Amino acid sequence: MQLKNDIRSALTDKKILLMTHIVLGYPSFEANRETIKQMVENGVDLIELQIPFSEPVADGPIILKASQDAIASGVKVRDCLDFAAEITATYPIPFLFMTYYNILFKFGLAEFFAKAKRTGIKGFIIPDLPPEEGEQYLELARKYQIAPVLIFAPTSTDQRMRFLSSQGEGFIYCVARKGVTGRKSELNEEFDSYMGRCRQATDLPIAVGFGISSKEDVELLTGKADIAVIGTATIKLVAANGPHAVGPFIASLR
Amino acid sequence: MTKKGYYGKWGGAFIPEILHETFNELNKVFEEVKADPQFWEDYFDLMSTYSCRPTPLTHAENLSKHFGGCQMYIKREDLNHTGAHKANNVMGQGLLVKRMGKSRVIAETGAGQHGVATATMAAKFGFECTIYMGEEDVQRQRPNVFWMEKLGATVIPVTTGARTLKDAINEAFRDWVSSMDTTHYVMGTVCGPHPFPEMVAWFQSIIGQETRGQILSRFEKLPAKVYACVGGGSNAMGIFQGFLADSGVELVGVEAGGLGLDSGQHAARLAGKDGSQGVAQGYKTMFLQDNDGQMLDTHSVAAGLDYIGVSPILTDLWEKGKIRFEAATDEEVLDALDLTMKKEGIIPALESAHAFVQAFKDAGKLSADQAVIINMSGRGDKDIFTIAHAYDDPSWKKFIMKKGKAYAAEK
Repeated sequence: MQLKNDIRSALTDKKILLMTHIVLGYPSFEANRETIKQMVENGVDLIELQIPFSEPVADGPIILKASQDAIASGVKVRDCLDFAAEITATYPIPFLFMTYYNILFKFGLAEFFAKAKRTGIKGFIIPDLPPEEGEQYLELARKYQIAPVLIFAPTSTDQRMRFLSSQGEGFIYCVARKGVTGRKSELNEEFDSYMGRCRQATDLPIAVGFGISSKEDVELLTGKADIAVIGTATIKLVAANGPHAVGPFIASLR
Repeated sequence: MTKKGYYGKWGGAFIPEILHETFNELNKVFEEVKADPQFWEDYFDLMSTYSCRPTPLTHAENLSKHFGGCQMYIKREDLNHTGAHKANNVMGQGLLVKRMGKSRVIAETGAGQHGVATATMAAKFGFECTIYMGEEDVQRQRPNVFWMEKLGATVIPVTTGARTLKDAINEAFRDWVSSMDTTHYVMGTVCGPHPFPEMVAWFQSIIGQETRGQILSRFEKLPAKVYACVGGGSNAMGIFQGFLADSGVELVGVEAGGLGLDSGQHAARLAGKDGSQGVAQGYKTMFLQDNDGQMLDTHSVAAGLDYIGVSPILTDLWEKGKIRFEAATDEEVLDALDLTMKKEGIIPALESAHAFVQAFKDAGKLSADQAVIINMSGRGDKDIFTIAHAYDDPSWKKFIMKKGKAYAAEK
């Protein structure tokens, strides 16, 4: 699949890739546009575009608030799709949609895939859709060649990881710890053994997220993971200092 | 064959990967106890000694006369310990927690009844307890907050989203994804991911089992209709299960009509036209949501009915035409409450009063040799502030102002 190949080829030049995260429409599409520009110009390799949902159960307070503010300001799913089309046409890196299943379900699953494909999106991350509930979703992903990125958690057994790996595509998103997004993760020995289990279970590239926010974190992940995911950190930064603060921050990470 | 955890096309388990193993364990323990007759015996014994099971079925003679039609019976879930049917589910899950060896429980609460019941169970079994409650509901149900805290629970007001029940559920899930090793989430209603709908319905089925025996012994035949209010749907599922196989018994679920079904200010997912299929909070059902799939703000005078979704089991039964759904407005609810207090000396909770509204509307169309049963899911004392406010009661207001002044002077 294309996303996996894009990642593999980027990894020939870099030891670790950076994936960042945007909540679409927060604080505004204009700010998103500038933030993405800063990210790409400073070497970000992949970007997750989160379509806001009113009940984001896997997200911590920062992304929760960002989602609520975006919805309250009138951001619609169609606006997000239009914006994504503009962005994928502007920058050569892979963009993914991250959202919750109801957004796809309500849009019409097949229609959403067709639209996302035309939009140039390379993968989906849907944290509340386990493969057991996603038969049709996984089928459509194959049909449209959009990578359904699945998630490993520290609580996943080896057997479960192998099953997830057989169902997912693109890469595996490894949640660094229990809990929701936005809090610091301890990248200790226990984490190393978890990473070892992840590697054993899959041949797909491995992304690590949840609480990754500094150069030290990225250094610690180098050699262990293929992609470091910077999520909440840049959302906080944009809210506090505006999109222009993002470039120097990204440049300092690697 | 229907997939596990599905009722027709409704239900499922839309859970994040981090909880996969936790749900495996929960499913395993639940299957074990279902197959173990001793567990149900222990449960029944607990409910008969710690709570007031079996709860009575009261013949409401004055209301029956007043409406001049059928014989009205009231199933008195208000006489459970903690004052509502919520205890049935909570004590059952408490026994499960003991079996799983966990030491902490968390729960969401709307009206506060489930929170109080959970805090009570935690006190009895020696568990740590955290209750998530929407900030708006904390304001509406202050007396229940007081009791939860006195029972040793930590009450966390939820300030995100609409600050009601759905947001409390989200926060409980956010707690659970970090704490699942030691903690069980005591889901309060027949919603959420499998096995919760089935599990909560199983514990609540005790209401229907009792009611069926009681009406047959008192009235010597089955009722024409059974009424229950529907928020998430646990009291309704509880009583309806006693009569699902009886084709002559009409089952009527009553949702919160709020300011009216055309007002946009209600919580009628099935009785109104505003509900549509969706997947949220771990399950597929009819939700009140916009065209994008964003959940809407709901409204009801009764905090316990003020919820975006409804049990997947009830949605399936509704779709198959086995349950009739109606809605009662805030105003109708207060009238029905007033009449029930005056005629019977019984104070239903605002939630339960929704069921009374529809029974009163239908009563005249029935004859004296027919019976109807209203499930009174809880008592209304907890609603004293809301009810007093709604009636604009002058002597109560005076009392509160006087108290307020006295407290202010202490400062």
